[in-house]
Amino acid sequence: MKHLTEYRDAEKVRVLLDEIAAVTTQPWVIMEICGGQTHSIIRHGFDQMLPPEIELVHGPGCPVCVTPLELIDRALAIASRPDVIFTSFGDMLRVPGSKKDLFQIKSEGGDVRVVYSPLDCLQIARENPDKEVVFFGVGFETTAPANAMAVMQAHEQGIDNFSMLVSHVRVPPAIEALLSSPENRIQAFLAAGHVCTVMGTWEYDPLAEKFNVPMVVTGFEPVDLARGILHAVRQLEEGRAEVENAYERLVVPEGNIPAQQVINAVFETCDRKWRGVGSIPASGWKLRPEFAAHDAETRFAVGHLDVVESPLCQAGLVLQGRLKPNECPAFGVECTPRTPLGAPMVSSEGACAAYYQFGRVAAKAGD
Amino acid sequence: MCLGVPGKITEIYEREGLRMGRIDFGGIVKEACLAYVPEAEIGDYTLIHVGFALNVIDEQEALETLSLLREIDALGEELGADIPAPE
Repeated sequence: MKHLTEYRDAEKVRVLLDEIAAVTTQPWVIMEICGGQTHSIIRHGFDQMLPPEIELVHGPGCPVCVTPLELIDRALAIASRPDVIFTSFGDMLRVPGSKKDLFQIKSEGGDVRVVYSPLDCLQIARENPDKEVVFFGVGFETTAPANAMAVMQAHEQGIDNFSMLVSHVRVPPAIEALLSSPENRIQAFLAAGHVCTVMGTWEYDPLAEKFNVPMVVTGFEPVDLARGILHAVRQLEEGRAEVENAYERLVVPEGNIPAQQVINAVFETCDRKWRGVGSIPASGWKLRPEFAAHDAETRFAVGHLDVVESPLCQAGLVLQGRLKPNECPAFGVECTPRTPLGAPMVSSEGACAAYYQFGRVAAKAGD
Repeated sequence: MCLGVPGKITEIYEREGLRMGRIDFGGIVKEACLAYVPEAEIGDYTLIHVGFALNVIDEQEALETLSLLREIDALGEELGADIPAPE
């Protein structure tokens, strides 16, 4: 398949890894923000092939993982209603709420459906005029154009029985929060390639300058990841801190303007709580007041929610790159993909799931 | 969730006022919304995420990335050849 195979070429990756080893003279800590990249890094063994001086820490870029527990519980309450068809990307179904997950709601008779695209929900809403169709609108900037378009279409076409439970998050405020933390160890970032495909790179220039940290826009295939790491290490070694684009075939500095226009028409920024991390100013998007009729949060009163997080789960530290998944005492013991305590163990972008799936158990306490 | 898959546009049409297309992912064909890639034409490769094309893949840039990699490799070999083999 064109644009996949040539970027999965082992020989090209070897060349880049040799180059990384050649330019590295001292220890560096680099964070990949995006959970999709974490999975790619662990799956392809980059953590084991890089020079020992290069430490990759895994970031909070897993929308499923950072969706606040209150909102998961709210989703569960809405999905339990007999008048509701609750739609979601598949990833959300196994995320543990305080007591249940969406799969359990489904097994108890709730009409919970996995969709491929948010536009599918509009079709479901048209076919079921006597039902309320609710979509769980989670995601980073990459997913926002699709979710925003679904709301805009519902609004324009008068699909009144469609609403969205919105938990959108934005990357740049999260980077700012990580770099502002007194415990910060991160010296360079791999910026998420598909977030930047939508948003461009202009939001990162002030961050690179303010914190003196290189930001390299990086893709997802092994060759892309190796190039992103090489560019970051080169900048660190040369004492530069710039925004650099190593995903040229998809990212331009201004991003996708038509997509940004629809996002801005439908969403406005808001403070957002990140599960395990806490509230980050201006880190979310919510629906603008003119789309209030399609806002599931105001449309469905769910009453008082008793929110209970697992006392064993250390997902918050993992999401901030302060703890490797296999350093958590519960990893692989109380917490497995079959019995997850936190969202990073179930999501296809969760760091804990990546470590479990690809056998990174060696760092467990006592080893 | 931020994963995207490259696919080739094989058909472009309009539905419910939206620009849509058929995308060939190496044999598997699915529908996607092309509203955000007004410049895209049949035969272009796009990146598809949750049923939306996020951008057209820039062929020129893709080729340049791959040729830059070949240069690094060639440079490595040249430098390697200059280093005397250990006794």
